[in-house]
Amino acid sequence: MPDTLPFATRFGSNAGQPVSRRDGVAKVTGTATFAADNHPEGMLHAVYVPATIARGRVTHLDVAAARAHPGVVEVITPANRPLLEGDPEAKHFMFAFRFEALQDDTVRYANQPIALVLAETLEAATEGARLLDPRYEAESPRVGLDGNTPYTVEVGAFGRRGQTVHGDVAAGHAAAVQSLDVTYETPAQYHNAMETHAVVAQWQGDQVTLDMPNQAIVMSRGAYGYYFGIPAENVLIRSPYLGGGFGSKAIPNGPTVLAILAARMTGRPVKLMLRRDQMFGPVGHRGATRQRLRIGIDAEGRMTVLDHESLATTSTFDDFVESAANASQGLYAAGALRSAHSGVRVDTGTPGPMRAPGEASGSAALECAMDEMAERAGLDPLEFRLRNYAETEPGTGLPYSSKALRECYLRGAERFGWAKRPLQPRQMRDEDGMLVGWGMGTALFHAPMFQAQARAVLRPDGTGLVETAAADMGQGAWTALAQIAADSLGLPLDKVEFRSGSSDLPDGGVAGGSGHTATAGGALHAAGRDAIDRLAQIATADPASPLFGAGNKGVTARDGRLFVTDDDSRSESYAEIIARAGGSEVIGTGSAARPPEQAAKHAMYSHGAVFAEVKVDPDLYQMRVTRLVGAFAAGRIINPKLAESQLMGGMIWGISFALHEEARFDARTGRIMNADFAGYHIPVNADVSGLEVITVHEDDPHVNALGIKGVGEIGIVGTVGAIGNAIWHATGHRIRRFPIRIEDLLRAERG
Amino acid sequence: MTPFDYVRPASLADAIAAWEPGAAYLGGGTNLVDLMKTGALRPGKLIDLTRLPGLDRIEALANGDTRIGALVRNADLAHDADFARAFPMVAEALLSGASGQLRNAATVGGNLLQRTRCAYFQDPHSPCNRRDPGAGCAARSGDNGGLAILGWSAACIATNPSDFCVALAAMDAVVEVEGPDGARQISFADFHLLPGETPERETALHPGEVIVAIRLPAASAGFRAHSRYLKLRDRTSYAFALVSAAAALRFEGGKIAGARLALGAVAARPWRVAEAEALMIGQTPDRALFDTAADVALNGAAPSGDNGHKIALAHRTAARALALAAEGTPAQMPAFPASVFGGHAHA
Ligand SMILES: Cc1cc2nc3c(=O)[nH]c(=O)nc-3n(C[C@H](O)[C@H](O)[C@H](O)COP(=O)(O)OP(=O)(O)OC[C@H]3O[C@@H](n4cnc5c(N)ncnc54)[C@H](O)[C@@H]3O)c2cc1C
Ligand code: SF4
Repeated sequence: MPDTLPFATRFGSNAGQPVSRRDGVAKVTGTATFAADNHPEGMLHAVYVPATIARGRVTHLDVAAARAHPGVVEVITPANRPLLEGDPEAKHFMFAFRFEALQDDTVRYANQPIALVLAETLEAATEGARLLDPRYEAESPRVGLDGNTPYTVEVGAFGRRGQTVHGDVAAGHAAAVQSLDVTYETPAQYHNAMETHAVVAQWQGDQVTLDMPNQAIVMSRGAYGYYFGIPAENVLIRSPYLGGGFGSKAIPNGPTVLAILAARMTGRPVKLMLRRDQMFGPVGHRGATRQRLRIGIDAEGRMTVLDHESLATTSTFDDFVESAANASQGLYAAGALRSAHSGVRVDTGTPGPMRAPGEASGSAALECAMDEMAERAGLDPLEFRLRNYAETEPGTGLPYSSKALRECYLRGAERFGWAKRPLQPRQMRDEDGMLVGWGMGTALFHAPMFQAQARAVLRPDGTGLVETAAADMGQGAWTALAQIAADSLGLPLDKVEFRSGSSDLPDGGVAGGSGHTATAGGALHAAGRDAIDRLAQIATADPASPLFGAGNKGVTARDGRLFVTDDDSRSESYAEIIARAGGSEVIGTGSAARPPEQAAKHAMYSHGAVFAEVKVDPDLYQMRVTRLVGAFAAGRIINPKLAESQLMGGMIWGISFALHEEARFDARTGRIMNADFAGYHIPVNADVSGLEVITVHEDDPHVNALGIKGVGEIGIVGTVGAIGNAIWHATGHRIRRFPIRIEDLLRAERG
Repeated sequence: MTPFDYVRPASLADAIAAWEPGAAYLGGGTNLVDLMKTGALRPGKLIDLTRLPGLDRIEALANGDTRIGALVRNADLAHDADFARAFPMVAEALLSGASGQLRNAATVGGNLLQRTRCAYFQDPHSPCNRRDPGAGCAARSGDNGGLAILGWSAACIATNPSDFCVALAAMDAVVEVEGPDGARQISFADFHLLPGETPERETALHPGEVIVAIRLPAASAGFRAHSRYLKLRDRTSYAFALVSAAAALRFEGGKIAGARLALGAVAARPWRVAEAEALMIGQTPDRALFDTAADVALNGAAPSGDNGHKIALAHRTAARALALAAEGTPAQMPAFPASVFGGHAHA
C-alpha cells in the first residue's frame, strides 16, 4: 500500500463550487415530502403514552375507557403486545441501544412509552392516550450528577477509550511551577431536531416499508429486520428528507418499533410522530457532565500535564457515557496527558451521540480551563495555546495527516482584531456603557471515515446516474455528494441524476461523526472512476475510436467526453462510445473506507479557532454574543457555501450551549419541566450576529482520496469555551457551569 | 385533546348567551389551545370571539381616551402609528413579548387573560392549586427560580407573565367588560388578583364576562416623552421576562411632576406601589432617587423558592427603567424593544 492515496484526477469542475442546495426550493415552497407527510390509504394514527414517573411500575391503565373513546381502534400495553422476534434489550449491532417496547410494566425514566393507542384520527388517539390515566407504584428517582454512586468507565461511547494516560502524570504535576485545578459542569441537553421523530409503517406480507427520517438508512434496515424477524432486504426505508437529526435519528427507539409492530398487528398502515415534549426521553440526549481539569505549566508556560476527568450521567440500563475528557487528547503538547471517565446511573433515558458528542462538553471545560491557566501565567490566551502547539499528536507521537491550526489561529485572530485585546478583564466598554469581552477557544474534531458503497451508471445518452443511500439531514449532503459524483464521471452537475435516501440503494453509510461526505463521497468517487475506467477500456480497445490505443491511464474524462491525456484533438463523447459498443449502459461500482494502515500512521483531525465578543450589561447582566469569528481547516471543502453554513450552524449551537440550552429536572419526580420550545431555549435570530466563518485551505493526502475531512460538528467545539472566556473577560466573573445565566453573574458579583 | 363544542357566535349578545360553566372564550388561541393540548385545560365548549363585529378597532374617544377593541391583534396595536406615538411604552412592551407570529395571532383581550407560565400549572400531572383548588402547589419545592417574590401566598407562588399588562397597569388602563349581568368597567389595578387562599380566582371577571375593550385615559398619553419598558430575559428576544419594569415620568421645569412605575414577572399581577411613585414627585431625576423608588416598590419582597436573585434584579431593572425614561423615549422603536441592547432603530 503506497504511503499516500492517489489524488482525484478529475477533481475541480463541480466540487469547490458554492452550489445552492438541490432541495432548497422544494423545502421553502413546502413541496418536500417529509416522512410524516405520507398518509397512505387506511392509515391509523399512533400516540404513545409517556410515563409521568421516572422510576417504578405501572399498576393500572384504564384500557376500557380508552377503547370506548370514539375512533380508538386498538390499545397496546404489555398485556397484549405481540411478540417481537428480536429482543429490544439486545445489543446486536453498534447502534443498538436498549429500549422500551412494552416488554413489561417497569418504568425506567419519565416519558418512557408505557402504552400505544391507535385511532382513526390523531385527536382520538391523543384523547385515548389521556384516558388510559395510568396509575403507578413510584420509587424515588435518581436525578443529576449526584444521583447515584459513580462508576469507572473502561470503554466509553462507541468503543472510545474510557481511561487514557500518556506519559507520567504524577511527574507532570510535580514538575509544574504553576497549576490549576478547576471543575466545570454542563447540563443535560436534548437533540430536538425541528422535525420530531416520525414513522409511517406499511406491511405487505412479511415485507415492510418505513417512511422515516433516518441517518443510517441501510444499517437501520438490518436493525428493524432483526426486531421483526425478517431479512434486511424485506425492510424498505425511505428517507428523502430529514428535518435535522444531530445523531438521534441513527438509532432505533421504542416508539418507532412499537408503531411498526402496531402496523403488523392491525394490518393497517400506522403513522407515529413524536410530540415535542416526547422528544425529551426515549430518543437520546447529551448527558450532564462534571469535569475536573488539572493543568500544570513550567516557567515558560509549557504544559507539564493536562489531566482531565469527566463524570457524566447515563441511564440505569445501558451504557453511553459522554467521552468529554477525550477532548483533551490530540490537541495540546502537554508533557503528560490523562483522560479519565466515570459515569453515574440515573433514571433518565439513555444518552446518545448528540452533535459533537464528547467534544462539545469536553471542549467547553477544557477551553475555559486553558483560559484560566493563561490568566494565571499572565499570558495572552492565544499565545498560551501557541506555546503548547502540538507538532505531532501528543502522547502517540503520530504525525498529523494535515494540521493548519496555526493558520486558523492567525487568520482568525487577525480577522477578529485579537491583538488589541487587553490582558486584564473588565477593561472594555462600548458607547452604551456595556461591558465588552473577548475570548477564544480551539476546535478539534476527529476526521473519521466509515464504510460506504455506490453505483455509477453512464447512460447511452451520455448522462450519468449515481446511487448511494446517503442521508441529507438538511446540511446539504446530497448537493455536495452530487458534486463529487459529477466530477468523478466528468460530467456537469445537471447531467447527473442523483438517487439517494432509500435503503434499496447501495449503502451510503451513516450520516454522523462528521464523516459522511468523506465516506459516501469516497464511494461515489470510486464508482464514477470505475465507470469511466470501463468506458475507457471500451474506447481504447475499439479501433474505430479516436482513443484507440491510448491505454487506460492515458485518458481523461471531461464534459461528457473522453480525451487522450495531453492531446485534446483526440476525443469522443460518452454517447458515441456507448452507441458503437452496442448501446448498453456502463456500470461502475465503488466503495470507500479508510485502510487501517493509513489510520495507524497518522492522527487525523479537523481543526479550528473561534474568537468571540460578548457584551454584558454591568448591572443587569443581560448577555449577548455580538461577534463570532471561526477559522477552520477541514481538508478539502467540496461546497464552500454549504460548509460555511454547517460551520455557522455549529457555532450557533455553541451559543446555545454556552448561554441557553438546559433540560431542567424536577428532583422529586425525575421529570423535565421545560420540555417545550417556550422553556427549552435555543438562540433566536436576535441572539446571533456578526457571525463569520473562514475556511483555511488544507491539502490532506492521507485522510482519503478526495482529501475531505468533515465540518458537521467542529463548529460547536471551541465556541462554547470562547464565549465563556469572553464573559469572564467582560465581567471578571468566571462561571464554571453552562449555560451561563444572568443570575450566575449576579451571584458571582455578590460573592 | 378532549372533544369540545365549538361555536362561532355572530354577535356579542350571542357569545354571552352561549356561555355556560366549563365554556371558554377563544381569542387568538395562542395560550388557550396550547394548554388544551397539554391537557391542563379541558373546556367543554369554545366560544370563538374572533369574528365578532366591531371589536377590532382602535378608536380615539371624544374625551381624548383611547379605546382598544378586545380583538385587536397585539401586532396591529403595537404598529399602529397613532397609538405608538401616544403610548410608546405600551407598544414597546407589546413588541418585547413572544414572537412576530404569536403577536400576529394574539388578541389584546387574550393577552390580559393569559395564564401563568408556572411549569406545574401547564402540566396536568402536577398538583396545582390554581388549576385544581386544594391539590397542593408543586412549585413550592420544585423548579421555581422564575416565580413570585411579591404578593405570593402559601397556596400559590405563580407570576403573571404578560408584558403588555405591566405597561397597561402603569398607564391606568380600564377594562371594559360585558357579561350575563350587563356591562361594567374594571380599573386595571383591580383586574388581576393576588392568590391568597384562592389562586384559582385570577381576575375580577365574573363568570361569563367578555372583555370588550381596554381604555387608556388621555392623561396617560402625557407621559409619552419619558416612558420605557425594560425586560430582562434569558435570550435577546422571544423569552418571557425574568423581571421587567414599565416606567413613565412627566417633567415640569426639570422636576418630576408625574411618575409611574410597574414591575412585571414578580407577582400574580403587575406590581405598582403608590408610595414609590409619590416619592419622586417634585424631585430632580437621579440615580439615588430611582434607587429609593425601587426600594419602596420592592418593599416586602421575599423569595418564594430558589428565586431570591429576582429581588436584586427587579430592583436594578426598576431603577434602570426609570433612568431610561428620564433620558427620554427614543425617537424610534429600538431594534430590540425593551432590551438593554435596544440599540438604535433599524432604518
Ligand atoms: C412561546 C410563547 C411565548 C410567549 N412569550 C410572551 C412574552 O414574552 N410576553 C408576553 O406578554 N406574552 C407572551 N406569550 C403569550 C401571548 O402573549 C399570549 O398567548 C397571548 O397574548 C394570548 O392571546 P390570545 O388572543 O391568543 O388568547 P387565547 O389563547 O385565545 O386566550 C387566552 C385566555 O383568554 C380568554 N379570552 C380571550 N379573549 C377573551 C375575551 N375577549 N374576553 C374574555 N376572555 C377572553 C380565553 O378564554 C383564555 O382563557 C407567549 C406565548 C407563547 C406561546
Ligand atoms: S405556583 Fe401556583 S400555578 Fe404554580 S403549581 Fe403552585 S399553585 Fe399552581
